[in-house]
Amino acid sequence: MKLSLGPLLYYWSREDTLVFFEAAASWPVDIVHLGEAVCSRRHLLRLPDWLDLAGRLADAGKEVVLSTLPLIESESDLKTLRRITGNGRFLVEANDFGAVRLLAEAGAAFVAGPTLNVYNPDTLALLREAGAVRWVPPVEMPREMLAAMPVPEGMQTELFAYGRLPLAFSARCFTARHYNLQKDDCQFKCLDHPDGLALDTREGETFLTLNGIQTQSGKVMSLAHRLGELAGLKVDCLRLSPQSRHMDRVVALFRGLLDGDIAADQAPARLERLMPGQPCDGYWLGEAGMAYRGTAVG
Amino acid sequence: MPETKPLQLICPAGSLPALKAAVDHGADGVYLGFKDNTNARNFSGLNFDDKSLAEGIRYAQTKGRQVLLALNTYPQPATLARWHRAVDKAAHLGVDAVILADPGLMAYAVKTHPQLRLHLSVQGSATSYEAIEFYRERFGIRRAVLPRVLSLAQVRNVVENTDVEIELFGFGGLCVMVEGRCLLSSYACGDSPNTFGACSPGHAVRWQQTPQGMETRLNGVLIDRYADNEKAGYPTLCKGRFQVRGETYYALEEPTSLNTLEMLPEMLRLGIAAIKIEGRQRSPAYVAQVTRVWRAAIDAVKRSADGFTPNPAWMAELNKVSEGSMHTLGAYYRPWK
Repeated sequence: MKLSLGPLLYYWSREDTLVFFEAAASWPVDIVHLGEAVCSRRHLLRLPDWLDLAGRLADAGKEVVLSTLPLIESESDLKTLRRITGNGRFLVEANDFGAVRLLAEAGAAFVAGPTLNVYNPDTLALLREAGAVRWVPPVEMPREMLAAMPVPEGMQTELFAYGRLPLAFSARCFTARHYNLQKDDCQFKCLDHPDGLALDTREGETFLTLNGIQTQSGKVMSLAHRLGELAGLKVDCLRLSPQSRHMDRVVALFRGLLDGDIAADQAPARLERLMPGQPCDGYWLGEAGMAYRGTAVG
Repeated sequence: MPETKPLQLICPAGSLPALKAAVDHGADGVYLGFKDNTNARNFSGLNFDDKSLAEGIRYAQTKGRQVLLALNTYPQPATLARWHRAVDKAAHLGVDAVILADPGLMAYAVKTHPQLRLHLSVQGSATSYEAIEFYRERFGIRRAVLPRVLSLAQVRNVVENTDVEIELFGFGGLCVMVEGRCLLSSYACGDSPNTFGACSPGHAVRWQQTPQGMETRLNGVLIDRYADNEKAGYPTLCKGRFQVRGETYYALEEPTSLNTLEMLPEMLRLGIAAIKIEGRQRSPAYVAQVTRVWRAAIDAVKRSADGFTPNPAWMAELNKVSEGSMHTLGAYYRPWK
């Protein structure tokens, strides 16, 4: 089982971003996703910077994947997209069907990202034919549905296993809205919120996390205590989604669980100390995504 | 099917009476769905069975209007056959087009019913001509419904770079998120638009009068709380009031409706094929009222685009049926973002 570091969904300073990924070169992850995967206004690292970083991580033995934007709005977004899909060296995670078209046209192998909405075998087979070599199921897909998906030959499955869930995308920037700013003049307020901006209910219950144009779960999804339930599923890698603190320890804990160095029943308590919020695992069980049962089934 | 004229008016039909109201008041086409999770308005009491659909098709087509069938949720492995049967039925009953989101289902439709006209649903989340061309090249889609996230300038860029007809939402409930890319409902209550066909479904809703005011909840999550002088609205979860850094406000979007009437001249100039009115969950009276206003407005703009201004009476009538009695231009007007 491989470990994959998902794309950075937050907006950090250039220095923090570089330090994070330089450190990741020595973490026990096999795959590292790079590139801006939320908002086209974020620019502290531009594509050449990401490509430099990609080269260094590849030299350190990591498989590098460049993620694309799930929401393409303008011609300038398309220009960047074409430069990514045509990079010629690194695998690309396609997060919309425009990217799929460009990658298929170029004959490039690619990863079918979680926003492509692959819920059935026909669509998965079609993506395999278009050149996908790996797919990431929608984060809401329950275990039962995943178990019923025949995965085509030559296709790997990467499962979202840890982190705040990316739930929704909008044209509107909710972080800018909070500061009464227009998106075109957002003053890059996302930089002040390295793990997003908490949205609670009026009775103070954690609910969602605002991250620019993206809305995430308030709780932190974790399958650490359920890795035994992957037996019998054709899952090849687990995606861990970056957070600003303790990511090295989260990665190490998952590696330890997979290697049998850490017992599964110890996982929740140890992991909760490293999380930026309360845990959830409801989607995996076919329940509300925010639900949390904690203990493994069966 | 005849060649498409610009600015067709496509109206919602959640029932046979709503379909008739739309046709009688000037819709060029109606869109509707079956009574199950094969479409994104899977609410109890809504939609069509085989018999009412056959009757609806007869009623509309006799008067030269079109019937578009939405099969725009994502089929799942255990129940894939339900979506296939729905496509088969649509073809046999003679709908004018099916509105699909899932590429696998499009492949099935093309293979099984090559004559069936395909439209790309808003639930397919295609926001660029590159994405639209993916569906055109592979499945021959004839029309795409754009998510309510692009500014008009961005819409123009799409129109100029594809031969696929473009349909835009003109009026009604406003999804603030990219359609097809929103899991907020399943996060809160387990059912998502993508798989279940409904957002903030009725079975998860609770209304409760408390000493603090009327509270609306979705699977226990407090979506909003209303003072005695406020009118409580349906708890669509992106339209609730929440707390962010100690401030309580409509953090995602106000309860408001999209209304693009004033943009009709620009939409005509762009060559938009069709304007879609949201609201299959609304009453036949709503459909009649909104259809009448939009028919008059589209006819007026076609007579004279330059001299067009929205009639204040139209706006007043539309505001009466708008959520929260408010309207917005949404993302078509860039500062909304």
